[in-house]
Amino acid sequence: MSYGEALQTLAFQRDDLIVMTAENRAPIRGLPSSLGPRFVDVGICEQTLIGAAAGLALRGRTPVAHALAAFLTMRAFEFIRTDVGIARLPVKLVGYVPGFLSEANGPTHQAVEDVALMRGIPGMRVVCPADEAELVAALPVILDDPSPCYVRYTSLPPAVRHSEPFAFGKAEVLADGDGVAILTYGFLVREAEAARVRLEEQGISVRLVNLRTLAPVDEEAIVESVRCARLTVTVEDHFGTGGLASIAAEVLLRHRVTGRVYPIHLGGRWFKPALLPTVLDHEGFSGPRLAARILSQFREIRDHD
Amino acid sequence: MTVTLEQSSLATVHDLPALALAVRGHIVRMATRGGCFIGASLSCADLLVHLYSRVLRISPETRDDPERDYLFLSKGHDVPALYATLAELGWFDRGRLADHLSVRDSLYWHPNRNIPGVEFHSGSLGHLLSVGLGVALDIKLRGGTNRVFVVLGDGELDEGSVWEACLVAAAYKLDNLIAVVDRNELQANVRTEELVPLEPIPAKFEAFGWACHTVDGHDFSAMEPVFDSLPFTAGRPSAVVARTVRGKGLPSLERRADRWFADFNADEVAELLRELHGEGAAELVTEGTVVR
Repeated sequence: MSYGEALQTLAFQRDDLIVMTAENRAPIRGLPSSLGPRFVDVGICEQTLIGAAAGLALRGRTPVAHALAAFLTMRAFEFIRTDVGIARLPVKLVGYVPGFLSEANGPTHQAVEDVALMRGIPGMRVVCPADEAELVAALPVILDDPSPCYVRYTSLPPAVRHSEPFAFGKAEVLADGDGVAILTYGFLVREAEAARVRLEEQGISVRLVNLRTLAPVDEEAIVESVRCARLTVTVEDHFGTGGLASIAAEVLLRHRVTGRVYPIHLGGRWFKPALLPTVLDHEGFSGPRLAARILSQFREIRDHD
Repeated sequence: MTVTLEQSSLATVHDLPALALAVRGHIVRMATRGGCFIGASLSCADLLVHLYSRVLRISPETRDDPERDYLFLSKGHDVPALYATLAELGWFDRGRLADHLSVRDSLYWHPNRNIPGVEFHSGSLGHLLSVGLGVALDIKLRGGTNRVFVVLGDGELDEGSVWEACLVAAAYKLDNLIAVVDRNELQANVRTEELVPLEPIPAKFEAFGWACHTVDGHDFSAMEPVFDSLPFTAGRPSAVVARTVRGKGLPSLERRADRWFADFNADEVAELLRELHGEGAAELVTEGTVVR
């Protein structure tokens, strides 16, 4: 089932649901005809999208607002923080083409600080599904929850086989091992899984964690990874500031745990725009490139220790 | 819950000029020990008194009724006028006004929902026309007949988000949405027309698909027929440009760019209250005393 179909099914079940967009319709193209007036397209104005969503939420609705992640989280940031955040309204924000998924669009469209911005809003939940199946499984949970929520949208096919049900603040441990622990989120779970297979081939035991939600985050999964593995790697298509690398640092400090952590992220630069496979390879985030980077770091540590 | 919404029975017996005078007295008394945005509070006082007494189908008893009219104070910093109007109309105890800026209460420089009658927080300009749009849209979806009033400052019209919301409200034919512009001709520090000219404001709203009327925002008899004829055009949102005077009611403050915000000492407050009420009204200095 696609995201659009899942949303439509849920909208038929619950009449509080209003599907909104700032004229970004690709994944919800079928909904205008089926939802009628409960499909609200405000045109290319993200601020009004969010203000209107807040107004609808004040009336008891659950708006699901769609726009490109970069414009949703940045053009409308103050509306999200002020109208949705201060009032803690149950507005659900769905950001399209986050991170590397903006492919060849260029830095204007690159949402690589969205996690930092959204998790900085008190009460805001941040959900980063690994693939469309995980997003579809998370959707009813997100809609039932009374908090505001930001979703890093993906429509990619299954990255891995998911067995655990979705829950906020609950990571999915896809593989267990004590050599390297890879913590990641979003579609990069797929690349991390490919890297895991390569590392295992090199005789390194790998723990692979799909964090699923970054706010709240599964602190135990992070602490446990650092305690068990000789090297913990965070992988994300996000700036170094405020994303998973920062979250891991905050969690480890809070729990007074130290360990070797290798953060893989974009640092402080935008990525080279290109089609996704090229971006992944060029930026060092494809399965093979990740495996090589992690292996080199792991050997350095092993030789040093 | 089915409650028949009538205009507040309290309000209908009120003498509007006397009510507005009481509201101005409260505003002056809030302009001390930390102060308040007195200029805009005084310019929109008559407007809020009129709306709450004669226009809005709402009362303290029906404050949560989904069929009530809504008023959103978008510019926010004129909230002393709203606090005073709500207190005078029985939404909360007048004694709370003495706790303006105190941590004992939540009567601070911008509105928040802890105050009975305040529908939403504001202060960041350009937000509540879109929030009001969402409420108006939901009312339409449910087939309701209630209305949504959004009070905007004229300086606030600089914000692009106001005009975004205007476009969208017209597209969705929200004739239950009413923008009320407190046109006092001054923004924070300067005259609007000397900074970023706004005129012709009515033509701008009309060009965005709204129906617009201009009215003297201090003349209750002039406001009555204008607000009685809402919506001005079926299928279009309505805009009321209320021509007002910053600092209205206190000639020593009127039209002064340097009286946007004021924090007076006790003697100055006493002097302003004498100016407001005329000589021989010294007893009105006492907090909580109400002019009728």
